[in-house]
Amino acid sequence: MWEVARKNRRKSMILLMLMGIILVGLGFVLGGALMGPDGTIAGIVIALLLYFILLLIAFAGGKSIMLRMGNAKEVGPDEYPQLYNIVEEMRIAAGMPFMPKVYVIHDDAPNAFAAGMSPKNSVVAVTTGLLRIMNRDELQGVIAHEISHIINRDIRYMTIATIMVAAVAILSQIFLRAMFYSGGGRSRSSGKGGGQAQIIMLVVALVFAILAPILIRFLYFSLSRKREYLADASGARLTRYPEGLASALEKIGNSTIDLKSGGKANAPMYIANPFKPKGQKLRNLSSTHPPLENRIKILRAMGNGFSYANYQQAFESVTKKKKSIIPSSAIVNDQA
Amino acid sequence: MIPLLVFLGIILLLVFWLIGIYNSLVRLRNQVKNAWSQIDVQLKRRYDLIPNLIETVKGYMKHEAGTLEKITMYRAQAMEADSMGEKSKAEGMLSNALGQLKIAVENYPDLKANTNFLALQEELTSTENKISFSRQNYNDQVLFYNNKIQMFPSNIVAGMFSFKQEEFFEVESKEERVAPKVSF
Repeated sequence: MWEVARKNRRKSMILLMLMGIILVGLGFVLGGALMGPDGTIAGIVIALLLYFILLLIAFAGGKSIMLRMGNAKEVGPDEYPQLYNIVEEMRIAAGMPFMPKVYVIHDDAPNAFAAGMSPKNSVVAVTTGLLRIMNRDELQGVIAHEISHIINRDIRYMTIATIMVAAVAILSQIFLRAMFYSGGGRSRSSGKGGGQAQIIMLVVALVFAILAPILIRFLYFSLSRKREYLADASGARLTRYPEGLASALEKIGNSTIDLKSGGKANAPMYIANPFKPKGQKLRNLSSTHPPLENRIKILRAMGNGFSYANYQQAFESVTKKKKSIIPSSAIVNDQA
Repeated sequence: MIPLLVFLGIILLLVFWLIGIYNSLVRLRNQVKNAWSQIDVQLKRRYDLIPNLIETVKGYMKHEAGTLEKITMYRAQAMEADSMGEKSKAEGMLSNALGQLKIAVENYPDLKANTNFLALQEELTSTENKISFSRQNYNDQVLFYNNKIQMFPSNIVAGMFSFKQEEFFEVESKEERVAPKVSF
């Protein structure tokens, strides 16, 4: 299993790098627009500084915000024997050397998520609503999906990505506000030849400040959806029983209860999108999760298979897209 | 001078590359070993659970005395077995006997209402699952390791340092081969 994490790193790295380029590019353009050509470097430095400060806060914060809320409680084998057992079963199946902490959240909406920056201090959390409606096989499917997020290192990736989105949003906001309040003042001060260039730079910066947050969000969503499919594939592989997860997703999809608590930053780690976006078309592009119907169909199209190759095949036949969801090296590694 | 440096640079890169492959082979081999020891950990859990189980059901399952005796016997055999073959045979019999017990439980409504037994039932189900999953993980690790040994270019390094392929864990009976789907 750990092998997949290793192989998968490269592909996600490219997406993360693109996001990084947007962040640095935004710093470059905004710096140039506000402080002239010499400001470009300063702009980049400020953008990166902001990023690392946010990252530091996220890593130092450790525990997810979700778990610090009053309705989340760490549980042991005596309080929730079945849940604890299933987490341990999946830990064993994944060959994880450490037992994740198990949390139960008092919330009627059926959902689950994983947290923790490394497998060593990872957390699997489920809601009481989930426990109420799942049978053992379904719960096992859900936990397998969450454990897969942990072993595929998705939490770390998505945190790094989330913070990039946040940094870009903050920079854009500051710039647009600054433009709004000091709109007229700038054109007066720049009189000579530099003025023309300065104005062009400002327009470019304005366009960039508006587009960058949108662009980076799309990259972020695409990354998140991909990791979501991969966690489904790894989950099916761990339990050797895709139907368990498929049936669990179906039940979650049928539930009409919305999650009471939760921050948007955590969304990619949930088993199903806790914030159900409205509107069909936009939903597919601007969602952290692939459509539930697709995920269920793919899992069911695997038939009796459970390997990565089966999942990739099922994905292609369901979505009619020749997109590689599983790194091909992982598929090869998976076969005897 | 420059060609020599380039040559040395290439040699150095090659050495680093070899070290990388060697280390990943060692890591995979250790994972196989660790996965194997995990199976034993889970088997021991089952040994610990059985006396408790027998104690609880004994009073209820008068007609199942034979099955209970068998379970106790196979447990003892498995624990005392010296050779790998003997042990896995006894383990297989033990699994079968426990399976029979699970089916027999259906005929004892009193037992199914006993909360103590219900808790034990979950423990037993989970222990069986943990054994299967630890075997599954062992086989996964063996698969990754063997693939690495056979595939180019790591097969060259594996040959140089004589890394040997590991054997898969095979279960005897066909029913045991499928993933655990135990629900009472």
